[in-house]
Amino acid sequence: MPEIQDVLIPVGIFAAMGILLGIALAIASRVFAVKTDERVEQILELLPGANCGGCGYSGCAALAEAIVKGEAKPTACNGCNAKNVQKIGAIMGMEVGTVVPKHAHVMCSGNCHTAVYKYRYEGAADCIAAEKLGGGDKACPNGCVGLGTCVAACKFDAIHVVDGLAVVDDSKCVGCGACANLCPKHLISMIPVSSKYCVECRSVETGAVTRKQCSVGCISCRICEKNCPVEAIKVNDFVASIDQDKCIGCGKCAEKCPRKIIKKTD
Amino acid sequence: MNFGQILLMMFTALLVENFIFSKFYGCCPFLGVSEKPSTALGMGMAVTFVITVSGAVTWVVYYCLLEPFGLEYLKTIAFILVIAALVQFIEMFLRKFIPALYSALGIYLPLITTNCAVLSSALLIVQNGYGFVESVCFCFAASLGFTLAIVVFAGLRTRMENADPPAAFKGFPLTLIAAGLLAMAFSCFSGVKF
Repeated sequence: MPEIQDVLIPVGIFAAMGILLGIALAIASRVFAVKTDERVEQILELLPGANCGGCGYSGCAALAEAIVKGEAKPTACNGCNAKNVQKIGAIMGMEVGTVVPKHAHVMCSGNCHTAVYKYRYEGAADCIAAEKLGGGDKACPNGCVGLGTCVAACKFDAIHVVDGLAVVDDSKCVGCGACANLCPKHLISMIPVSSKYCVECRSVETGAVTRKQCSVGCISCRICEKNCPVEAIKVNDFVASIDQDKCIGCGKCAEKCPRKIIKKTD
Repeated sequence: MNFGQILLMMFTALLVENFIFSKFYGCCPFLGVSEKPSTALGMGMAVTFVITVSGAVTWVVYYCLLEPFGLEYLKTIAFILVIAALVQFIEMFLRKFIPALYSALGIYLPLITTNCAVLSSALLIVQNGYGFVESVCFCFAASLGFTLAIVVFAGLRTRMENADPPAAFKGFPLTLIAAGLLAMAFSCFSGVKF
């Protein structure tokens, strides 16, 4: 026949244990209390929360802390819209100038049909690894390696390798810059969203050399330069580049380019 | 037990009866936090700390509280209670003094509460009838075995990052196969008899 103590003793012991441990934890939580700056939480809510790493910090929470500590600027996040950047500036009590929204653009048009390959690469599927083997398998030392290091870096599924060439999907790109930071050829430029045209080549070889390496490389013929009404496009180091501040988007350069590498971007 | 016997017992707990590879305890953090050796080491240290301290505390709870009142049948609940409180305490401690490790461990830190390696080490102490010193030594060695396993495995996984396996094997399948191979390597120790 079980007696009432058989129930009361275990219940009493467990209740006492629970209360003791509870008190101990309550004391510990006071002793080990961590002071958190409320601004970190506020800024974290304004950041996109994609943890893309484009700012150079390990995630949005790390960037929010860095902004509060003053290590990073309120404008450090490229994926953040202008309104939120202003709010972050307001939280930090800083004046934030106008932020030009940017998106990524791959400055190369040499895909597997147009570029010349110098060897067959069969190593790890990583541009940085391939770049160390004679600068990649494409003959052009400045061309896109096309193994998708940028694709792996993109948290927004906005960049893909099509026919051995990275292509940005403008509708998905938020302009975080994660791909641009990783590209071993530094081919990905962060250009203003408003820009109309850009030169999709970075070959700094002379025209004759470029001609042998790629059928769509800039041969520095200067036809675009001569046709530009506002002197926005210039050929330096054997490659044309557009000054986006001067460009009026008339499209004459794209029309006249014999290699058709000046592309409309919108 | 004399000193030599304790050493042998620790060696057995560390390698021959390794928690992960021979008893399959604590497989969740073993697979979940073994992506980088540094975090794996942090997890191993946290588990080592929890198991060693909980081994000592549960020994006291069992022999000073449960046994005198004839409540041995309630040991599982009592141990879970103690372990849960301990993990809470360690979480607060890490958050205050080692915030980098705290954020690296993330969700896996509170999950130590439900890590069966912790509960099993407390139950094994009772089952094997260890004394206090032996219990602490056993817990320390067994959890070091856990740390060893998870750090070695994290090293393997960083190497596998560079491999280019068939699509069907990519990610988790390959991880499980590698874990199986590592367990086979550790099974060599089971031939060591004392």
